[in-house]
Amino acid sequence: MAADGYVDHAPGYVANEGPKIVTGRFGYEDSHRLARFEATGGYEGLLRALALAPGAVHQQVRDAILLGRGGAGFPAGVKWGFLPPGRYPYYLVVNGDESEPGTYKDRLLMERDPHQLIEGCLIACYALGLSQCFLYVRGEMALAQERIAAALNEAYEAGYAGRRICGTDFSVDVVLTWGAGAYIVGEETALIESLEGNRGMPRLKPPYFPAAVGLYGQPTIVNNVETLSNLGWIMANGADAYRRHGSESSPGTRMFAVSGHVRRPGVYEVEHGVTTFRELLYGDNFARGILHDRELKAFIPGGGSAPWFFPEHLDLPLEAKPVGAAGSMLGSGAVVVMDETTDAVDAALRLVRFFARESCGKCTPCREGTTWLERILQRIADGRGRPSDIDLLLDVSDNISPGPYPAASDEARGLAAVAFPPRQTTICPLGPSAVAPVVSTIRRFRSEYEARITRRDAIPVKAAS
Amino acid sequence: MTGPAGEGPAVEITVDGAAVAARPGELLIEACERNGVYIPRFCYHPRMASVGMCRMCLVTVDTGRGPSLQPSCMVTVAEAMAVETESAAAVKAQNGVLEFLLINHPLDCPVCDKGGECPLQDQTMAYGPGESRFVEEKRHFEKPIAISATVHLDRERCILCDRCTRFADQVAGDPLISFMGRGGATEVNTFADEPFASYFSGNTVQICPVGALTAEPYRFKARPWDLTEAVSTAWVDSVGARVSVQSSRNRVLRVQGVDADAVNWGWLTDKERFGFEALDSDGRVTGPLVRDAATGALVPASWADAATRAVEALSRAPAERVAVLGGARLTNESQYAWAKLAKGVIGTDNVDAQLDDGLPPELVLSLPRATIDEVCRPGGVIVLLGGDPKEELGSLYLRLRHAVVSDGATLIEITPRATGLSGLAAHSLHPRPGETAELMRALLAAAATGAADGGAAGCDRAAIAAAAAALDGEFTVVLGRGSLAETADSAAAAAAMLAGRGSVRFLPVLRRGNVNGAFDAGLAPGLAPGRTLLAAGTDRLAGIWPRVPARPGRDARAVLKAASVGEIDVLVLLGADPLNDFSDRAVAANALDGAGSVIAVDLFVNDSAARAADVVLAAAGPTETEGTFTNIEGRVSPMAQKVTPPGTARADWMIAADLARRLGADLGFASPAEIRSEMAEASELHRALTPEALAASPVEGVMLAGTQIPVPAVEAPVAPGSRGLRLVATRTMYDDGVMLRHCPSSRGLARGPEARVNPAALYRIDARPSTTVRVSSARGHLDATLVVDEGVPVGAVAVGWLAPGAPANALIEAGSPVTEVTVEAR
Amino acid sequence: MSRLTADNEARARRIMALYPRPKSALIPLLHLAQSQDGHLTDEAVRHVAELVGITPAEAAGTATFYEMFKFHPVGRYLVNVCTNISCALLGADDLVAHASAALGVKPGGTTDDGMFTLETVECMAACTEAPCLAVNYRYRLRVTPNDFDDLVAAIRSGDIDQEIPHHGTLARVHQEIPEGRMAGISSPEQARAAPAWMAAGAEGAG
Repeated sequence: MAADGYVDHAPGYVANEGPKIVTGRFGYEDSHRLARFEATGGYEGLLRALALAPGAVHQQVRDAILLGRGGAGFPAGVKWGFLPPGRYPYYLVVNGDESEPGTYKDRLLMERDPHQLIEGCLIACYALGLSQCFLYVRGEMALAQERIAAALNEAYEAGYAGRRICGTDFSVDVVLTWGAGAYIVGEETALIESLEGNRGMPRLKPPYFPAAVGLYGQPTIVNNVETLSNLGWIMANGADAYRRHGSESSPGTRMFAVSGHVRRPGVYEVEHGVTTFRELLYGDNFARGILHDRELKAFIPGGGSAPWFFPEHLDLPLEAKPVGAAGSMLGSGAVVVMDETTDAVDAALRLVRFFARESCGKCTPCREGTTWLERILQRIADGRGRPSDIDLLLDVSDNISPGPYPAASDEARGLAAVAFPPRQTTICPLGPSAVAPVVSTIRRFRSEYEARITRRDAIPVKAAS
Repeated sequence: MTGPAGEGPAVEITVDGAAVAARPGELLIEACERNGVYIPRFCYHPRMASVGMCRMCLVTVDTGRGPSLQPSCMVTVAEAMAVETESAAAVKAQNGVLEFLLINHPLDCPVCDKGGECPLQDQTMAYGPGESRFVEEKRHFEKPIAISATVHLDRERCILCDRCTRFADQVAGDPLISFMGRGGATEVNTFADEPFASYFSGNTVQICPVGALTAEPYRFKARPWDLTEAVSTAWVDSVGARVSVQSSRNRVLRVQGVDADAVNWGWLTDKERFGFEALDSDGRVTGPLVRDAATGALVPASWADAATRAVEALSRAPAERVAVLGGARLTNESQYAWAKLAKGVIGTDNVDAQLDDGLPPELVLSLPRATIDEVCRPGGVIVLLGGDPKEELGSLYLRLRHAVVSDGATLIEITPRATGLSGLAAHSLHPRPGETAELMRALLAAAATGAADGGAAGCDRAAIAAAAAALDGEFTVVLGRGSLAETADSAAAAAAMLAGRGSVRFLPVLRRGNVNGAFDAGLAPGLAPGRTLLAAGTDRLAGIWPRVPARPGRDARAVLKAASVGEIDVLVLLGADPLNDFSDRAVAANALDGAGSVIAVDLFVNDSAARAADVVLAAAGPTETEGTFTNIEGRVSPMAQKVTPPGTARADWMIAADLARRLGADLGFASPAEIRSEMAEASELHRALTPEALAASPVEGVMLAGTQIPVPAVEAPVAPGSRGLRLVATRTMYDDGVMLRHCPSSRGLARGPEARVNPAALYRIDARPSTTVRVSSARGHLDATLVVDEGVPVGAVAVGWLAPGAPANALIEAGSPVTEVTVEAR
Repeated sequence: MSRLTADNEARARRIMALYPRPKSALIPLLHLAQSQDGHLTDEAVRHVAELVGITPAEAAGTATFYEMFKFHPVGRYLVNVCTNISCALLGADDLVAHASAALGVKPGGTTDDGMFTLETVECMAACTEAPCLAVNYRYRLRVTPNDFDDLVAAIRSGDIDQEIPHHGTLARVHQEIPEGRMAGISSPEQARAAPAWMAAGAEGAG
């Protein structure tokens, strides 16, 4: 069943052509072992960093314009700069709670190249004077936990972690910790709550960044797994080398998971900012077009939280700014492709149900609103919809995320794009995320809703055959 | 526009187009409310940290970067902030939130206790949508579940505002309820079989913004619109928490906390809240009783007959053979009336409001006082010398806890055993029983020299040195009575040592009801009204009282010892129960038996009266009479009469006036107001207590400050040399006291008898933990369950004061510096 | 009714020692309790709460937030079938229907023999390999009905016991910091100064 380029021990990863900054070792069966890591340039970046003053390492990261890979796309070097001077201890919390629908990259990075991640953690700790690192892995990812535990044990044994790293006066512990099943913990303040042993409920903002008030109220850097996995390469090869890949404002590469109705679904390391969605979905080097030669109906460019795009948006580049202006987000590098057979109501229900199940329950609009949206959609899907339900869906949505809600342009219907991000009556973006599929589908496929309500019609979601 | 009374220059903001001066650092929701703009809210509570969860208080805020919806409970005011509380966006959001809250909220308002005073109901009427667009099935939970002995939880009504859970965690420090589950399935609940057993559980009912939490004593009793209320003062302890007493058709049905900024911040203990149940119980004495000579039983009598019997006994007895014990239950006015009757009419100074269970009154009254606010000052240092505030004075405990947890206060406790505050204390010292003065001497020496010479009183050198270092600067002392198994002498000597240190001020925390008012009224041997020694007050009283005792009389211990050998002819128990409350049960029993006549003035026939009273005069309870109350700070606040006394029971001051009249004297007043004006004449201290002053400060009350009494010399007793196990006996919140016996909802809460020992002392005891042991002294014994407790000093055995069936005073010899005991298996 | 065994309590203390505040170890300790009993018993939750210094209600408040924790016995094998968007587009519903028929239980149910509990779950981060499922958190990708039947047969025969431990056991490799290699925890209460390599301020870490 392996498609072209499919590497059996890194399921889903496609070794396409192009620069490999974070996936370079995936081709080796023992890519997770220290011996392989060291044999392929591993920990060179750390050694380079240790030879520099901490501030100089931070400057390298700043110069590399390493954009956060967790969803918000904020430059890591700038985020690091928010640490208030002198309020020690500082902490590093690694966000390995990947669970955004459609997203599949951090799990691979943790399972396939844990040392690369650990090296990134150590470089960040060194650069910023972070006293302890907590590597928080999603609870369900047993293999990632095992691989990281084994890698940490190797790293401690070899002197790469813990006391007096590589014989220097740099000492820091990297502690593996893990969750127990809650999507919301991917939100950085909820992650910190979880790490403090609490219910994983997001904190109120302000303060906007854990860099000011984080773990135990101390300054804390929260970085995504993929973000940190870039640091070894950047330190080993330099910020200039890094910036030679990708675009000027979005250098380097990014991992994208292309899933759904495509011929070659997979996880690709893609040059950031220069590739377009069309290349990603149709290019020979990537997903190679829609399954069974069907027509593209819609695609989600950045995970389940992202407003949908349609065929006319295929030529947008994989770059945060233009995607945001066009009404959606690149998010966590998850592109979900839906062909013409996809039922808009069912697909929206699927995503809304997810957000309702994952709402933490802390604030009213999200707790009650997402559940309500799900129940209305379920009713429509079950053939018990009412004509007023479409407006009700939009109004309930509006009470979670006061409009106008971000959306792609739709020339045929004379609708202009509404830029990202949405507004919210909620504490965190989860509630507004549930609105994305609702507004995206009603704006574009209102007739499908109407048909479902009045004629009880449904386009069945078919399994690939 | 005038600036508000905040600290620092006012912050100018605009609210709905009008300029408003906010206080620096103030929350927007508060600034708006203070200026007449009420923003609806559910989760916000001014006495707890904001959580911004319900989202009802969303308003449009513009700080120069364009308007956006912000929760006003989370936003601190900033210069030039422009706020629209009724913008289209804000109204839409608020309506949306209400609709969201209602989709799963049962519309059972007609049968809900909260109906009529329900913020959700009110706000739905004011801001809500006309009809629901929610056509699906609502969320279902098992209907109300009992989460404690007094509190029921209806999870269907709950709107998950986090008020009760926040209160339990942040305010009470009893996180026994929590959110469980997630998202739409979130609920509040307890863990498995561990109830919400908090002394403060009733507060959650009061702050619940819907009818999710209800209190057993009030469930289905009344509708809010049938209730009338009066602001009064809680009477079960001496903190003076302000309460709203609510009644319907001449029955008190509910007591709720009132937010007095200087005192209780709206919080109450469950005893303060539910204690009213006793007043309406079947056990109340509703008319006079006399002892039937033939049967020996107490039988109803007319007031005339009962009073005549009392007066006959009183008029036969020489003044020095009459004694009056108790009086802390009474209002200030009744206390004054009784002081005048006893001292000024009968002429006896054998008068004591304490039962050997407090501290010497002349010491307490001589000390420079601190208010609760001064003790709880942010960043202050507090020395706790005495008992456990959590067990004795719960609403003070909440203030102390807040001071340490939220306001950076440092707590040093010097207590006979660990307290409810030990987990928060910077230093916890538990001296061997009887050796508090030794410990204090060592502490002060260490503070003076910067190093401790050695251990003292069983506390080690390092602990003493560390605590001494914290005594370096300014501090206040919370001074109470620690263990009742030793005399107060050692602790009093320790307090006197501290009093010698320049700026030190004291908050005396004698726990019994209005004991501070009793002291101020002169209900103690050697005292005249107004914190004045009898000798110094004679001149002033001369024109007001018929007579003034020439010499100081006996205190309770001396009175009871005298009575037990037949030297007291008439013993008046003014709400006193020596059998249960005096330190020495054997002496109390002999005194009751040995006194010529015993006259009880009370709400109940307590154990002492049942044993020995010849006459019981039915007194009015705290919600049945008007007057004032003096709290631990000297703060005087009103007690409101909300209902009439049952039967023919009458106010204590009326009883005093009646007895005086029958004794041929006229007390000279016919109302509490008249008593207050006489008090202002008889006492310099009470001159501040004018009707105007009381009317001007209906919630915070009037502070009576100053004293005419110099700090007395207090000799520390010589520490006993023996190395046997010594008894520690301390008060507990719930015990076998007569009021609690008559509270249906609380009576089961008294813990069974326990004998607690330090694990390091277990080897001295031939018994296994959790088994029943017998604790014996030269005096007697009691049986209790052996419990291992690291908070008990190694050489001690700790018991509760009045555990059901195991009164600690059976073991104690009055006046003994320590109580030596043995513990053996049963 | 089971508290942590002595071995597990010792392990719990080793885990707690990695965190500046013991409560941070709560979730790992609850997993440990679940690995012992297959689900979280009241007694184990109480014990864990005691170890980290919180009330059982607080521990349960946290535990019930996370869906991996089970408060009633579940099958020895917990079958989680993803039904989120990417999997749904490629036949997840059919897979659930097949699994349900094959095991004879509805989603949420446990087979009579206590072997299998079937659950539908949200995105498992294997979206390109749809439809996917996990058994006791061990992934199976691009699962066809036939694959599912083979998997169940293999589990029943004991052939893949090595690969798939019983429910409750998550990772079988644990972080163990060798004696003397730990840098030491940094709690806000203790560490106030800049770490050594920052304080030095020199070029490089010497």
